[in-house]
Amino acid sequence: MTSATRSAGQTGEVVRPNTLRRLLRNPLGLISIIVLGVLLILAIIGPWIAPYSQTHADIAASLAGPSADHLLGTDSPGRDVLSRLLFGTQLTIFSGLLCAAVAIAIGLPSGLLAGYYGGWFDSVAGWAGNMLMSLPGIVVLLAVRAALGPSVWISMIIFGVLLSPGYFRLTRTAVQSVRNELYVDAARVAGLSDGRIIARHIFSVVRAPIIIQTAIVTGVAISIQAGLQFLGLGDPGEASWGAMVNEGFKNIYVAPGLIVPPIVMIGLTIGALVLLANALRDALEDGQKVSRKRRLTDIATGAVTMAMPVVKTGGSAERTAAPARGKRAAATVEAGTEHHLVKVTGLGVGYPQADGSTKHVVDDVSFHVDRGEVLGIVGESGSGKSQTAFSILGLLPDNAEIIAGSIQFDGKYTVEPGDTKVDQARVRPLRGKRIAYIPQEPMSNLDPNFTIGHQLARPLRVVMGMSKAAAKARAIELLGLVGIVDPARTYDLHPHEISGGMAQRVLIAGAISCEPDLIIADEPTTALDVTVQAEVLDLLRGLQKRIGMGIVLVTHNFGVVADLADRVLVMQAGHVVESGDVRQILRDPQNPYTRILLSAMLEGKEPMTMLTEVGRERAGARA
Amino acid sequence: MLSFTLRRLGAGALLLVVISALAYVLMFASGTNIARNILGETATEDQVALKQQQLGLDQPLWQRYLGWAGSALTGSLGRSWFGSEPVAQTIATRLPVTLTLVLTAIVLTAIIALALGVLAATKRGWVDKLLQVSVVVGDAIPGFVLAIILAFVFAIQFKLFPAVSTITPNAPASAWLLSLTLPVLAIVINAVTSSAQQIRSAVIRQYERDSIRTLRSRGLGEGEILFKHVLRGASPAGLTVLSLQFIGMLGGAVIIEKLFAIPGIGNLAVTATQLGDVPVVMGVVLYTVVIVVIVNLLVDLLNGWLNPKVRVA
Repeated sequence: MTSATRSAGQTGEVVRPNTLRRLLRNPLGLISIIVLGVLLILAIIGPWIAPYSQTHADIAASLAGPSADHLLGTDSPGRDVLSRLLFGTQLTIFSGLLCAAVAIAIGLPSGLLAGYYGGWFDSVAGWAGNMLMSLPGIVVLLAVRAALGPSVWISMIIFGVLLSPGYFRLTRTAVQSVRNELYVDAARVAGLSDGRIIARHIFSVVRAPIIIQTAIVTGVAISIQAGLQFLGLGDPGEASWGAMVNEGFKNIYVAPGLIVPPIVMIGLTIGALVLLANALRDALEDGQKVSRKRRLTDIATGAVTMAMPVVKTGGSAERTAAPARGKRAAATVEAGTEHHLVKVTGLGVGYPQADGSTKHVVDDVSFHVDRGEVLGIVGESGSGKSQTAFSILGLLPDNAEIIAGSIQFDGKYTVEPGDTKVDQARVRPLRGKRIAYIPQEPMSNLDPNFTIGHQLARPLRVVMGMSKAAAKARAIELLGLVGIVDPARTYDLHPHEISGGMAQRVLIAGAISCEPDLIIADEPTTALDVTVQAEVLDLLRGLQKRIGMGIVLVTHNFGVVADLADRVLVMQAGHVVESGDVRQILRDPQNPYTRILLSAMLEGKEPMTMLTEVGRERAGARA
Repeated sequence: MLSFTLRRLGAGALLLVVISALAYVLMFASGTNIARNILGETATEDQVALKQQQLGLDQPLWQRYLGWAGSALTGSLGRSWFGSEPVAQTIATRLPVTLTLVLTAIVLTAIIALALGVLAATKRGWVDKLLQVSVVVGDAIPGFVLAIILAFVFAIQFKLFPAVSTITPNAPASAWLLSLTLPVLAIVINAVTSSAQQIRSAVIRQYERDSIRTLRSRGLGEGEILFKHVLRGASPAGLTVLSLQFIGMLGGAVIIEKLFAIPGIGNLAVTATQLGDVPVVMGVVLYTVVIVVIVNLLVDLLNGWLNPKVRVA
């Protein structure tokens, strides 16, 4: 959580609100905690407040209904149901907790060791864990019962061993992620030993998941022991809920009410545990949503950190104020603008937040691109340039909203003024055929389960209606066109069998395959080696000249812009800060932010590119 | 692919050896009074010593395990200490019943959970909310309690199905169908919500992938994206969930079989456990582990077939 606190310091926003407070504010969480508290108290004092001993039998009062002597009646040997229920509560709760304790005692330290040291211990422990998890618990417990007798304590200890891999995995993953973070931040951390940092980090990271896991494990343990007792495999000398269910089931015709109290207790206990786990998970996820988003921008931004303004709009007031969209009759675009290939007017994109406000990521952005023209959109990560590009493609995330403005493509609106979402019915026919997309990260943008050829040929068949053979021939031709040496062989390869540079060429081949009018290229060279970058830029320039298509080139790198673009748009924090002819802006930048970006390039060291490249390359290799 | 399969087979065999050895040692290390248990309190010391000799309990533990394992390899699991029937034969007549029960349940669970999970992931809205609620409810009710409720309502109150199974090896199909409906239902209801929930998250994770966005940008339809790319990508997670559910069902079947008096190996295991009939319990454990190994192997092979990256790993 280091980066969360770091960025909190810079943005002045509240760090993660207290998970416990979120939990208690959730009514289900509060109820489950109260129920579990009462059960725990009953488990402790139960045997003292029980009116009878658990084995005291009054044959004369067999199967009696509720009375002053026996508040919940009696079972077939005439034992007091309430007393047995209370004794059973102690047995169930304590042995369930014992099971969880055993699982923690084994899983937590072994997970710590495996995550920290890795190596052979990690392999052996991982294998043992898989083995334990691949055994059906009840069958093992039957064997244990046959070997070691009916004690619920013994079976719960064994069951705890069986459930320990859950804790092992959880801890191991947490330790590894903290360790990885430590490597990155190692330079910043002086003085403290790895062990102490890990202990502190692990505690804060693992605490809540362990409580969740414990609630689940205790629930499973109680369920399985009740099951065993119901089968008559419990200790006959001790009152237990499962045995009481059995007793009730046997006498279901004679005394139908007998089965109710133990079932209610079982349902109530396990239900409360499940609800607690759920509520806690929700509380945790709510907290993470905020910090994860912030962390992503924080890491990606690198040198220049700029917090995104969270603008509170009065709910949907702004949207309702916008002209209501008529029926399907599409509004006509402003006269005199039809000839622009794409025209974006006053575009705003936002994400609704949990607290009812809307986070604006793009604000009042306007530009146009003509046929055969290359527009560069420059800005750092998080400046809204990719969001703008995705709006044109209609590929914004589901929760994104268009909060203002319009987009028109070739004289027709794809986003009319007043629309809150990109109308898929209008954009889908354009995608692939007329608007294409070159993504940033080559590896993650190819589906690992399908061959390169399949991913190139399918769109040709779907969009262009080609036959199978024609699509294959065209795909191989395209692979050659983007400079892949052995196209026919590459056609049959899977994405993991080619390099990142080749993958990016494949993606470019895919984008130009249907000869689109417009290409949206989102950082097309960022994830590549410097030498490959130049080749890919050459390729794009050549193709652009040959096919005569318009390009929207999204990048943070002025070098790429200088190489390719005719005009340029500089974005910062969702706004356009400067725009114009590329030579004019390179020669005489007006905006101070443009100057910062330019100087970064002119000194010739591209600090942001190099740093993020290493990180991305590694992320790509892992994914 | 061959070496991949061989490695998985080896791991399975190792699991089998480790578990059977552990179970054997566990059962016999504590079993000093096994002979007395069988003969009862009234037996004389001489009778007990003789019985011990008959059962081979006077030999060292490792020797006995090797003997047991050796004969297990030839298909013999010894004889029940109580009925004197060969264990392998007892299990062989009961295994089909349990497999019918569990396989029917897992197939139904897979179909329903896949449909529900995909629907909840793609449509969200009320389907999703309903799933979320039923997951919590499903988790909160133990399988056997659910089975009791089903038995009470549909067998005892409405008498739609028999409360006690009428299955015998030669019973007509209708008897199997009627007897297994409630048990299968109990198992499926218990397994389906959490499976659907996990399939839902796997599908959502796939939709968040960059490659899906790129496929959309190429003009592919939503149907092709869902059925070819998303489901294929989510299949390893889905298969893992279902294989874990299957193993869980093998355990759950023990209680369900006892409850509905179904003559499967679960029921056998409970009776044998109550009697302390160690060879039978050992046999059931062994068969269960074999089934687990086979299921895991099938899932691994399927995953390798579906996901080209796994094959090289």
